[in-house]
Amino acid sequence: MIILQPSNYNDAKCNVFCVFLGHHVDDGPQRRPNRRQGAGRGGAKGRGRGKKAASEDEDEDDEDEAPRGRRVANKKKPTKKRGGDEEDDSEDEAPKRKKKGAANRKRGGKAQESDEEDSDVGKGRKGKKGGGKKGGKEAEDTKDLNKWKSNQWLSYEKSLFLGESSGDLFGFLLLEEVEEKKKLIATIRNKPWRMKRRLLDLKEAQEFVDKFEGALGKGKGRKWFAYKVMMKKKWIKFQRDFENFRTACIPWERKIKDVESHFGSSVASYFIFLRWMYGMNLVLFGFTFGLVVIPEVLMGLPYGSIPRKTVPRAEQDTAQDYSVLMDFNGYCKYSVLFYGYYNDQRTIGLLKFRLPLSYLMVGIGTFGYSLMVVIRTMAKNADVGGGDGDESEFTFAWKMFTSWDYLIGNSETADNKYASITTSFKESIVDEQENQKDENIHLRRFLRVLANFFITCSLGGSGYLIYFVVKRSQEFANRTDLSWYEKNELEIIMSLLGLVCPPLFETIAELEDYHPRIALKWQLGRIFALFLGNLYTFLFALFDEVNTKVQQKEIITRYYANYTLLLNGTGATPPPMSPADVIRGPCWETAVGIEFVKLTVSDIQVSYLTILIGDFARAVIVRFLNYCWCWDLEAGFPSYGEFDISGNVLGLVFNQGMIWMGAFYAPGLVGINVLRLLSSMYYQCWAVMATNVPHERVFKASKSNNFYMGLLLLILFLSLLPVVYTIMTLPPSFDCGPFSGKAKMFDVIMETIDLDLPAFLGTLFSYAANPGLIIPAVLLMVLAIYYLNSVSEAYQNANMELKKKMQMPESKPTKTKPGTASKGVNLERDVALASPNPNGRGPVSRPPGPRGPAPMPGDGPGRGRGRGRGAPPR
Amino acid sequence: MGNKQTTFTDEQLEAFQDCTFFTRKEILRLHGRYRELAPHLVPLDYTNNPDIRVPPTLIVTMPEFKENPFRDRIVETFSEDGNGNLSFNDFVDMFSALCETSPRELKTIYAFKIYDFNRDNFICKEDLKKTLNKLTKGELTPEEVTLVCNKSMEEADLDGDSKLSFSDFENMVSKAPDFLSNFHVRI
Repeated sequence: MIILQPSNYNDAKCNVFCVFLGHHVDDGPQRRPNRRQGAGRGGAKGRGRGKKAASEDEDEDDEDEAPRGRRVANKKKPTKKRGGDEEDDSEDEAPKRKKKGAANRKRGGKAQESDEEDSDVGKGRKGKKGGGKKGGKEAEDTKDLNKWKSNQWLSYEKSLFLGESSGDLFGFLLLEEVEEKKKLIATIRNKPWRMKRRLLDLKEAQEFVDKFEGALGKGKGRKWFAYKVMMKKKWIKFQRDFENFRTACIPWERKIKDVESHFGSSVASYFIFLRWMYGMNLVLFGFTFGLVVIPEVLMGLPYGSIPRKTVPRAEQDTAQDYSVLMDFNGYCKYSVLFYGYYNDQRTIGLLKFRLPLSYLMVGIGTFGYSLMVVIRTMAKNADVGGGDGDESEFTFAWKMFTSWDYLIGNSETADNKYASITTSFKESIVDEQENQKDENIHLRRFLRVLANFFITCSLGGSGYLIYFVVKRSQEFANRTDLSWYEKNELEIIMSLLGLVCPPLFETIAELEDYHPRIALKWQLGRIFALFLGNLYTFLFALFDEVNTKVQQKEIITRYYANYTLLLNGTGATPPPMSPADVIRGPCWETAVGIEFVKLTVSDIQVSYLTILIGDFARAVIVRFLNYCWCWDLEAGFPSYGEFDISGNVLGLVFNQGMIWMGAFYAPGLVGINVLRLLSSMYYQCWAVMATNVPHERVFKASKSNNFYMGLLLLILFLSLLPVVYTIMTLPPSFDCGPFSGKAKMFDVIMETIDLDLPAFLGTLFSYAANPGLIIPAVLLMVLAIYYLNSVSEAYQNANMELKKKMQMPESKPTKTKPGTASKGVNLERDVALASPNPNGRGPVSRPPGPRGPAPMPGDGPGRGRGRGRGAPPR
Repeated sequence: MGNKQTTFTDEQLEAFQDCTFFTRKEILRLHGRYRELAPHLVPLDYTNNPDIRVPPTLIVTMPEFKENPFRDRIVETFSEDGNGNLSFNDFVDMFSALCETSPRELKTIYAFKIYDFNRDNFICKEDLKKTLNKLTKGELTPEEVTLVCNKSMEEADLDGDSKLSFSDFENMVSKAPDFLSNFHVRI
């Protein structure tokens, strides 16, 4: 018979094959199973291929709806499989068999010695089972059998050629596919498909991975592998939960969004910055309070136990007066808020907490942490930067496609945006028509120089004013009959300057006629210079004061020395003295701390009052007096206030600088600042929503976020300098603060090294502090910086080259079609993937062929097919 | 979810999180917003994936869209039937693509589709004109419109077929400094 011949042949081959594989070959039922084995393998391969082909098809299918894609895939799988085995197994059986195979494989793994064969045998057994079950049915239908066997033959042939490696190949293919599916799961959110399809694909891929991933490991490693897979899944789940939790913890998301939709992203960028600042200060607050203030409160000596913790007798009468407390004198001065309150005991409490060391470390750590956070944020922001905006080849196209801010959700803002877009288009048109107006350029240049001259003058003036006031306040300090104004002159003048100068600058900047974004930067830079000048004049004046105090201190120490000499001379025991009566030196650290706290508080008051009067009262007047006024107040002169981005940002940055500088002398300052930022968030959000109107020329604060960060970094460095200077050079006060009695503040570290660490570490440190070691280390660092710098430059060059090369093929065939066309089609396919809108509207009914220049072979049909399918299935 | 009625099963939420850029909370909030649009239409319980669509007239009233000149196009682009009727899946899809974290490539694809008014996979002069008129509320004179359209086409069209293919568009947008920050909607 015709059937027998190939079947016998098959068997012979099969035996050879099985021996080759090292199988047990028992005679009876072996025939069919082995056939099945081949079939299984071929089928599996075929299936693998089929599935892959199907998924590829899915990719190419442009207008494919998810369910349809699924159906097509299902349809295709069997067709492809028919090449391998033309049997009755339906789609559903395949997974079952595979599962069984996996189960069997485990048993097989024990029986066989070699791992390689293991999977093969597994498949063999799998085949056996499946075959045994179905054997009867198969024999009935000879025609089918015939067909089947001839196909079998083919698959045997194939397996023979592939030999032993076919098993591996299968494993490899499976592995590959699992990897592919995993990749799909990870990136599915980036695919421009419909959600329904994504959900289905995701489910399919997940099922596939679940099913087969565990089967991939081999031999002894399998359990470990399965465990690893499980742990990985759990880890991913945990990560996601954690991410959910983290985003739930980010506050004010809704508030900022509201502001953003009303005022555009430039105003919102201020609030985002404010929130960022709050987060950073919260951490600083945690450090300062957790490691310095709270240990002192809990474990340190109580109030009134030693002179530095007691209000002096002379001040006690007024120590509780409101005005005194508002100046942070009296009880405030002798509290944990300030440096002077801390004792110089090496360890406090039962825990032997080393407070002085912790104080110094927190002081330095504050800077370290801030520096790290600022720089990291800057790097992250720079990363996001994306497109390089310096190329101006797309002026109109960019305006056309990227100028609308999709965040705008307020009609007023939208109107302004429409207007500004129209103006910008008109401006560009005018620019395009007549490139430059010469007579204007000179005038403009002159005006700009003039404006800068004015601004420099006012900067110098304000600097001198502050210096003058600080000098005068030092004179005042020796007098007692001071009026309220004279006492607070410095703060008032500084706040007034901060209040008057920015609007002045803004008025002067009108002369310059810059684009608002550039104008904002100039404005920011100028106000920054003003604040910085003020701050540093203030600091220098303060240092003068500190120096006089240090001199005073010497007088008192001498007095002390005499006093103790006297006591020793008479040999009498000193009479018991209340800590309030002890003569004490001027604690310059506390004085500096008080200055900073006062400055911060007055800054808070001024900025809140400005909002209340400048914005709120103005808005109320404009709104309600408008009914009975001779001109339109809302549209006319006072109108409503705009949100002053530059002023607010700089206020924040400047304030942060004072916190950094003052935090070392007044640990409580950080707490005050956190409260300020918190209240500021709510207060300003309310104020901006209730009283301000959107900017006339709505503009985007593009990337200026990093500009803010740059300012912050600069301020950080500048505030780092004086603090480090005092820590390293000035002698601390002898009778107050955690470092009293030491020659320098950092002696605390030396002391800790000497007393607490083992001796060899001390010697190690002394070696490390040796200039002979430090200088080479510094040199090494400089070299490293130089090296990294040159490397990054080289990378940048390479980047530029690559960019050029990328642009070359784009720009080369400017007027020739095929080059870009092929790329166009390729990309177009992706677009098409995302465009399942095949309902009969307009050009969709066009035939696919002629559209698009020279479609890639094999690509066109796929697209066409998808398109021709008509309405998506429901 | 506790004592509240379940809107989604955990698996659904996981799947949504895998397929979008949203967290669990955001997806629930999205559902809230979606339901707000048509409370009589959208059920609270989504565990069995009801097939419900909200018409575009309701979607564009959302504060996120009501001022957007391209709102109709956005809704149409993301709807499965192309008419702007959005199922919840489409709705989530839309905000996922427009959210802050979605990558530039994805956004570019959808932006292209939004600006492609006649859906022929090319942005032609007509599309540009429509875009421009929507952006400026028709404030420009016809000559200006023509000039701007010609200029933009000239700038962005690399292969000289006087219509923008996706690659032209992508090339242009990939260099735009404002695209990412402007082309997103926060929900």
